[in-house]
Amino acid sequence: MALSRLSSRSTTLLQPLATTSLLRRRRHISTDTTPITVETSLPFTSHLISPPSRAVETSSQELLSFFRDMALMRRMEIAADSLYKAKLIRGFCHLYDGQEAVAIGMEAAITKRDAIITSYRDHCTFLGRGGGLFEAFSELMGRTTGCSKGKGGSMHFYKKDASFYGGHGIVGAQAPLGCGLAFAQKYSKEEAVTFTLYGDGAANQGQLFEALNIAALWDLPAVLVCENNHYGMGTAEWRSAKSPAYFKRGDYVPGLKVDGMDALAVKQACKFAKEHALKNGPIGSNHHAFAFVFEQILEMDTYRYHGHSMSDPGSTYRTRDEISGVRQVRDPIDRVRKLIISHDIATEKELKDMEKEVRKEVDAAVAQAKESPIPEPSELFSNIYVKGFGAESFGADRKELRATFP
Amino acid sequence: MDRDPHVCVMGEDVGHYGGSYKVTKGLADKFGDLRVLDTPICENAFTGMGIGAAMTGLRPVIEGMNMGFLLLAFNQISNNCGMLHYTSGGQFTIPVVIRGPGGVGRQLGAEHSQRLESYFQSIPGIQMVACSTPYNAKGLMKAAIRSENPVILFEHVLLYNLKEKIPDEEYICNLEEAEMVRPGEHITILTYSRMRHHVMQAAKTLVNKGYDPEVIDIRSLKPFDLYTIGNSVKKTHRVLIVEECMRTGGIGASLTAAINENFHDYLDAPVMCLSSQDVPTPYAGTLEEWTVVQPAQIVTAVEQLCQ
Repeated sequence: MALSRLSSRSTTLLQPLATTSLLRRRRHISTDTTPITVETSLPFTSHLISPPSRAVETSSQELLSFFRDMALMRRMEIAADSLYKAKLIRGFCHLYDGQEAVAIGMEAAITKRDAIITSYRDHCTFLGRGGGLFEAFSELMGRTTGCSKGKGGSMHFYKKDASFYGGHGIVGAQAPLGCGLAFAQKYSKEEAVTFTLYGDGAANQGQLFEALNIAALWDLPAVLVCENNHYGMGTAEWRSAKSPAYFKRGDYVPGLKVDGMDALAVKQACKFAKEHALKNGPIGSNHHAFAFVFEQILEMDTYRYHGHSMSDPGSTYRTRDEISGVRQVRDPIDRVRKLIISHDIATEKELKDMEKEVRKEVDAAVAQAKESPIPEPSELFSNIYVKGFGAESFGADRKELRATFP
Repeated sequence: MDRDPHVCVMGEDVGHYGGSYKVTKGLADKFGDLRVLDTPICENAFTGMGIGAAMTGLRPVIEGMNMGFLLLAFNQISNNCGMLHYTSGGQFTIPVVIRGPGGVGRQLGAEHSQRLESYFQSIPGIQMVACSTPYNAKGLMKAAIRSENPVILFEHVLLYNLKEKIPDEEYICNLEEAEMVRPGEHITILTYSRMRHHVMQAAKTLVNKGYDPEVIDIRSLKPFDLYTIGNSVKKTHRVLIVEECMRTGGIGASLTAAINENFHDYLDAPVMCLSSQDVPTPYAGTLEEWTVVQPAQIVTAVEQLCQ
């Protein structure tokens, strides 16, 4: 998980600041894994399936890691905002602040062998999968040290070794790709699941229904997650969907509606969906029966504070009161902060210090990324084709050897 | 599929039905329903699915029942298939083969007689090959499956019935190489797919009339084998391109530009390109015949060029 890497870096940053007692105390609480049970803020609404329990098992360590990781994501997005305004990030930049709980809760429920594929709002998902701040900022600023060597940009973050498959610019195109990932998992008999994320805007795409059908038809271990932030760019969901109950859109596919601002609820739902997708069918020989579908749709009721992208102020189609209202009542980081404080896991001051640390980390990564080199001109032509086939070839006269591939 | 368990096939009616042109006949019985997957009619989804599977290391062969249907999967082919290797900075390779019959058939109507090579040719990151004989069909298919790059293999509806004796053993054809069909001295005729057979028919007439055409089946539509083509141009100094694509924006148009750019000094006459008319393919038989290039037109063109 991201935490262990981050904390090793943070101890070096911590030296000039911390008092020994604070250090000792944090070390104690951050490794405490005694289970704590928390109730989700809202019940789950379900379609064709009995919902999971509202009681979620977590621990101090997990809650603190949620807080830290979400604060890191939030900071990263805010920093990206400033960098965009300073014209260091160009083109399209879609920010995820407000939706962090979805990425964090999902990571808590799965392993790196499970695959995630998402749309262009992928910076935080990349971070959640273990991607580094430095790689992220380098990619955003188009430097060679970026995760896609600067050739992808904001919408094309990938991390193959962590089964993070991107990062896609065209709305909804990742849904069939996600089915392909699930197909490969089934084909190779891996006990893993694919989480295919898409938005409320993409839910109206034809390819979503095609993907739903084929995933259900072939029992693919796919979980389709609709991150419903209620606006498809500038169009509210009630103006674009006849039925905004996206979790019910699957018809024969079970669905679950989750409070996407509550990281624990997200974790519970993802855990539930993964188990459901991996089950081999309730009745042995009958597992192709119509009634049982491995696939599931999770609708995450979430919200983005920024506009659709940096060129969208986000306030022409929704009121500032609405945005600040959500921020006050439903902010995912504040929710975890309150939980931590009420369970006496850390004090307000310690959490503030953590946020300051996170800020320093982000600033350091930005500074380092700013110094990184831009790609060489030869990079324009690399990675278009894969060279070399490892075989011999014959010419038209069928006898003469024309070329040997390396 | 015997050699590599990662190779699988997906498409409409490829499994139990055996393929609409019987290309995949018998495979489902041998390899099972998962490796020879019958898909519902959702080109965008199953092409995307094949590409997603390829990202993890599988090697799907995706069939478009008719090439024209792949227009519905254009987004997946262009943005995901062609570009993912680049936009991921080399992290993912997409070793898919996208294949299917295209071209003008026997009165199949406009929508089932399309030539998609002209639409796909600009997509960066893909390779395009067209087979024309049983020999090169086997060789190119094997090479395409083994390639780490996405390859679009264009077959032709009317060529499935060709019979030829071909070696039983494994052989592959170079994906980027053109095929010298008939060496000659007077003129270079560049062609591919079904038009190769029209050209060879015309060649018989031309030989009787005393001409010596050099016929090259370009096979590789992207990238062009400019080495073989160039050598031929340097020898004969006259080029005729015979293709089935439309006049506007077809493979012939790109090839004309490439030859003019690279071998202008060697040409004694302007490059001539015979293509299909810029019309939707009509249903009526005689009209359809005149949409595509016929051997008589090829003979006339050669006579004109060699004056």
